[in-house]
Formats: sequence, structure tokens, C-alpha cells
Amino acid sequence: MPKLIKDGAVVADDHWRAPEAEAEQVAQGAIATLAQWEKLEDKRGSAVQLEPGDGVEPLLPHLDEIELVTVDFPSFTDGRGFSYARELRERGYRGELRAVGAFIRDQLHLLLRCGFNAFQLADESELEGALDSLRDFSEHYQAAIDQPLPLFRRRE
Amino acid sequence: MYVYDEYDQRIVDERVAQFRDQTRRYLDGKLTEEQFLPLRLQNGLYVQRLAPMMRIAVPYGLLNATQLRKLAHITRHYDKGYAHVSTRQNIQLNWPRLEEVPDILAELASVQMHAIQTSGNCIRNTTTDQFAGVASDELEDPRPYCEIIRQWSTFHPEFAFLPRKFKIAVCGTEQDRAAIHSHDIGVELLPNETGEVGFKILAGGGLGRTPVIGSVIIPWIEKKHLLTYLEAILRVYNQHGRRDNKFKARIKILVKAMGVEAFRDAVEKEWAPLKDGPSTLTDEAIARAKSFFVSPDYEQLDGAAAEAALAEQAQRDPIFANWVKRNTVAHRVPGYRAVTISLKATGYAPGDVTDKQLDLLADLAERYSFNELRTTHQQNMVLADVRQSDLYALWQALQKAGLATPNIGYLTDVICCPGGDYCALANAKSIPVAEAIQSRFNDMDYVYDLGPIDLNISGCMNACGHHHIGHIGILGVDKKGQEFYQVSLGGNQAKNASLGKILGPSFKQEDMPEVMDKILGTYVELRTEEESFLDTYNRVGIDPFKERVYAKAD
Ligand code: HEM
Ligand code: SF4
Repeated sequence: MPKLIKDGAVVADDHWRAPEAEAEQVAQGAIATLAQWEKLEDKRGSAVQLEPGDGVEPLLPHLDEIELVTVDFPSFTDGRGFSYARELRERGYRGELRAVGAFIRDQLHLLLRCGFNAFQLADESELEGALDSLRDFSEHYQAAIDQPLPLFRRRE
Repeated sequence: MYVYDEYDQRIVDERVAQFRDQTRRYLDGKLTEEQFLPLRLQNGLYVQRLAPMMRIAVPYGLLNATQLRKLAHITRHYDKGYAHVSTRQNIQLNWPRLEEVPDILAELASVQMHAIQTSGNCIRNTTTDQFAGVASDELEDPRPYCEIIRQWSTFHPEFAFLPRKFKIAVCGTEQDRAAIHSHDIGVELLPNETGEVGFKILAGGGLGRTPVIGSVIIPWIEKKHLLTYLEAILRVYNQHGRRDNKFKARIKILVKAMGVEAFRDAVEKEWAPLKDGPSTLTDEAIARAKSFFVSPDYEQLDGAAAEAALAEQAQRDPIFANWVKRNTVAHRVPGYRAVTISLKATGYAPGDVTDKQLDLLADLAERYSFNELRTTHQQNMVLADVRQSDLYALWQALQKAGLATPNIGYLTDVICCPGGDYCALANAKSIPVAEAIQSRFNDMDYVYDLGPIDLNISGCMNACGHHHIGHIGILGVDKKGQEFYQVSLGGNQAKNASLGKILGPSFKQEDMPEVMDKILGTYVELRTEEESFLDTYNRVGIDPFKERVYAKAD
């Protein structure tokens, strides 16, 4: 069942499986929890999920190697993941950055601006409307990942 | 004042469309109550005791005549004909209907207004000194920087879901009329050793149930770094502020928990990669912001002649003379004064203003003050640029409308939250206490003799009435289901800001005027000739007041 929005379009779910938090080691094909990921010797092609509180610090030395970072929103009002995304992008992460969890359609535009390029919505009935929400605003005041120049540098 | 260009207009218009759709989806059952909550809050909509309550943003307190007329229309058409000026310079409606809120927002957008981020866990309206730009003690007008912060914070994608609300205030005077010490971030314009004007930045101030005076995070920083530095502070807060307990979620708790040093280190660490990046302010950006706040076309007036003419009018009409003395202040331009319009007439909720009064104020702003009016965090309004020769006519018009109560800065100029009459969180009513005190102290000679006194009343520990920083603070408390009031003394919101100290056990509502009488009587007895209430309190401490108030009757 496709529930993923990626680079502005609805796509089929990919092969990555959700993290298995109880496992010591990350299983083949699963996204690693941060703890599992830190134990990986070879981080090339890895996928890791950040939970609120994890922070981006441990990922920074390996940004070129990681294929997928998922940022979990256990509650849509917990906004830590917005900072995580933006910092990862600002520090040079170019792989896929996917929001997962309880975030809502009305946050998509903000998430996009913070550097997420993929969204795993909890409620698939929202998918089509979600594409509209990505475009809620056509102009912004402040710099972000989608528009690195603030309006005050573009105005004249 | 700031004027929207097509960008600003497009942003607010798109917001209206977005919220219209969200409201429709909510009413259709497609958004849950829980999901709709932060969305409506970020559009200013609370649900309260009697009805939704809507908070309209008045950026740093500035309104023009067109906007005032629109507000009058909105209160008349969508509400019950009155609005309320809040302690953060915003305007509140007490009775809007949820279904109509998108229409209200569209009306506001048509006059370059909005309700964006007036509540919710995001960056709120930036506030400042109501005498910005006209005060004679001002180093530099803070409003261009308020506008720069307004734009930066509007829909900031990273900081829309903070641990808790976030309030910023900016001031351009040493005296600090913007209460920067009790804000999450306080910004003060000030010179360094070489005389270059930059900013001092404080963080971690706040009121609420744990009142804290803000700490200096950086004593001076170049202007161009303002936004990147703010961004670094917010980034530390967004990631590390507590989210498990909403009563411990404000930045003040984080700064305390980390310690100022460690907090500063964390900010510096976040700032390093942002510093000198694209959000660094350019000279053009600052110049553009400043261009909206240039002086209006003041006339070249003969200051001495204007003084003389005013003195003569005053001689003839002592009531007018008294109003001039109490409700107007000096202006940096000769021949002008700044006028405060009291929204504190006895018998009306402090800060309330009717649709008719708003219409009148629009006319008066147009006629006498270059089309502008300001709201104050003391819940009054200001016409900042009035020719002295117009004062008499202005006063007459205000008097007819009940807007000339000569009490600015005095006891009866009470700062008061909506309290139990409107607010679902209240422990106790606050408006009737304000009224009882105003009625008891109706002898204005006595009130003037008492000198300047900030009396602040909140209906619960959320402190919307700023009771911690009133010289006298009153807090509604719940005692086994009964409404009681706790009194604190010695708070101060200005320079050398301090928090009030609790006097002792709380009182019943009907005892409050008597309690006030004893407190004020103690002051009158103990003061030296030139001491204000606060001076005397600072010299003698709380004990004499305590003894008097809690003395057993013989
Ligand atoms: C009637 C609906 C209102 C509700 C439900 C409400 C709720 C709250 C709450 C819960 C807080 C504490 C937040 C915290 O400490 O984290 C607060 C603070 C505050 N409120 Fe209100 N409020 C209301 C109306 C008002 C009004 C009408 C004003 C202005 C007169 C106002 C001004 C403030 C201010 C200035 C604070 C800041 C105190 C601080 O820095 O903590 N509020 N409000
Ligand atoms: S102080 Fe309490 S009673 Fe007063 S408005 Fe705020 S939340 Fe309501």
C-alpha cells in the first residue's frame, strides 16, 4: 500500500523496514535505531532513525555514507525533528531525509522547508490533500533549506 | 509604520486560505480536536469559558486609522461591540464564532493585519516601548528591529512546535519600558565602548508560575548578527527545552537547569556555523526596515510659544490642566507631546474598548497624530505625535467618549487579565477586584499623592496580568473552591527589574480594598518626601506592611 510522498509525488513504499528497537544488531533491510547504527562498522548505505532527544551529533562524521535518515515524530507537537532535519542539511547531508510518525498534513510545508524530502504519512486517506499542503505557501520570509536566501536578500 | 508589499500580502492571504481549509476540515471531522488545537492556536484562537477567544496581532503595538476602523467593524459585526487590549499589546475578542474566524482573518488581511502566532507554542508577537521613536531618552528606535524579527519569526519552519510559547521584546532605552527582563528573549539596543550601537541579548526571563528575571547571554553583539544569534538560541531551546511537563517547558527553566554558562556555550556552538551565513542582516535590509519608521512631517513649531499657549489654556481649565499633567509626556520634537488614552475608567474592565470608541480613535489618530495609534502593555493606547496646540480639542473629544481618565501610571491605572469572568483557567475573578479598588480610591488627590504605582492583577498563576512585576501584585488563588487573593509587593518591570515578594496569607475578595488601604497607609506613613512607593518598600522591606495588614484588631 503506497503511503510515501517523495520529492513531491506519491510513490510506492520502498524496501526499508521500520526499526526493530529490541534487536541488538540491526537486521538486514531494517532501518537502524541510533544505538544499533552506532555499532555498525561499515556505515555506507546505512539507514538510521532519529528519535526526539537523539540529536544529530553522532551522524555528523558520516553524512556522506548514510543513505536514509528517518526522523520520528511520536507526537506531532514535538518539534525537535524540525531542528534535526535542518541541521543535517546545513551540515551537508544529501541523502534521503524522511519524516515518519504522527506528524500531520498541515505540517508538511514546514517539514519540507526544513529539508525533508520524503514523508511517510500515518493516514493514507490524506495523501492527495497532502500534496496540496506541501504548497501551502508560495513565499517565505526566512532562509531555510528550500530557499537559502531570506526574503530581505531577494526583495529589491 | 510598516507597509506591506506584495510579498507580505501574499503571505497573509495564503495563511487565510490555509486556515479556511483547516477549519473546514475540522468541522467536517477530518481533523481531530487534538490536531486542530495547535493550528487554531497559531491563528489566535483559544476556546474559553463562554466562547472562543481570538487574539489579533498588533505588531509591536502599532495601528493606523484604517486598521482601527476595521477592528471597530469586526467587534461590531462578529463580536459584542467591544475588544480588549492585552498586556502584550495585542487585541482580543471575547465572543467570535469559530465558523466565522476565517472571515475575520480575511477582513484583517485586507488591512494588513493578521492573528498569526498570537498563541500556541511558537514565537509570539514581538513587543516594544509604546513611546518608541518619540521618547527623548531613546538611543535608537527599536521598531525596525521588531519588524525584522516579526518577519523572521513569521512561519519560521523550524520553530513552529517549540516546547512552549516564546516571547521576544526589544527596547531602545536604558529605562526599558518593554519589560525585556521578563521575556523569553529580551533585546536592548546599546552602544559598545567605541560607541557603535548593537544589541545586548537576554534569555530565560518569564513570568507564569515560576517567575524569572532574564540572564545576559551576550552583552553586546553587532546588529548584523541579530537573526543568526536568535536562531541559535531558539535552536538550543527547541532541542533541549523540556517537553515532558508543560509547567517546566519555558526557556527560563532550561537556562536555570543548564546554568547560564553552559547555556551560553551551547548557543555559541550552534551559532558558529550560522554566523555570517545567509541570514546575516545586510545594511540594505536594516535601511529598508528603518525607512518605514522615519519621523513624520513634524511642523517646525516654536516650543516656547506652544508651552505658553498651553499654560494659558491650563490656567483657564484646571481639569484639562490635570489631564495634560497626568496623561501626556514630553516629546523629542518641540511643540509636540505624546498622549496616553486611559482605558481604565472605573466601571469598565481594564483594557476594554468599544467599537464606537475605536471609530472615534481612528478619527482622532487621523486628525491629530499622523494617522497612527499605539497599544501599550499597560493596556492603554497612545497617540504619540500630538501638537500641543491640539491638546485641548483632543481632550474634549476624549472626555466625551470616556477616554480621558487622568490616571496614567497611578494606582487606578490597573493592569488586569480577563480572569474568571472569561478565562477557563482562572482561579478567581480579577476584573471585579480591579473595579472595587478603583471605586474605593476614587479620591484622585489621594491617588496622585501616592505617586506612581503599578498595580497588576492576575486571575491565576499564569500571570497574564503580570502580577509578579507590579509594585503591588494581586493573584487569584483557589482555597477549597473559594476565590482568594494573594498580595505581593516590590515587583518592578523596568530597569533593575525585580519580582514581588508575597505579603502573607491570602484575602477574601471583599477585603481587598481594605487591605490595599492598609498597604498604602503604611507607605504614606513611612515615606520620606521624595520617595515613591517602590523606593519606600525597597528601603523598609516587607515587614512594616505585613505588621499593619495582619495586625489583630484590638
Ligand atoms: C482568556 C484566555 C487566556 C488564557 C487561556 C491564557 C493562558 C495563559 C497561560 C496558560 C499562560 C502561562 C504560560 C506559561 O507560563 O508557560 C499565560 C501567560 C501570559 N498571558 Fe495569558 N491567557 C489568556 C488571556 C490573556 C490576556 C487577555 C492577556 C493580556 C491581558 C494575556 C497575557 C499573558 C501574558 C503577558 C503572559 C506571560 C506571562 C509569562 O511570561 O509567562 N493572556 N496565559
Ligand atoms: S492569568 Fe490566569 S485567569 Fe488570568 S487570563 Fe491568564 S490564565 Fe486566565
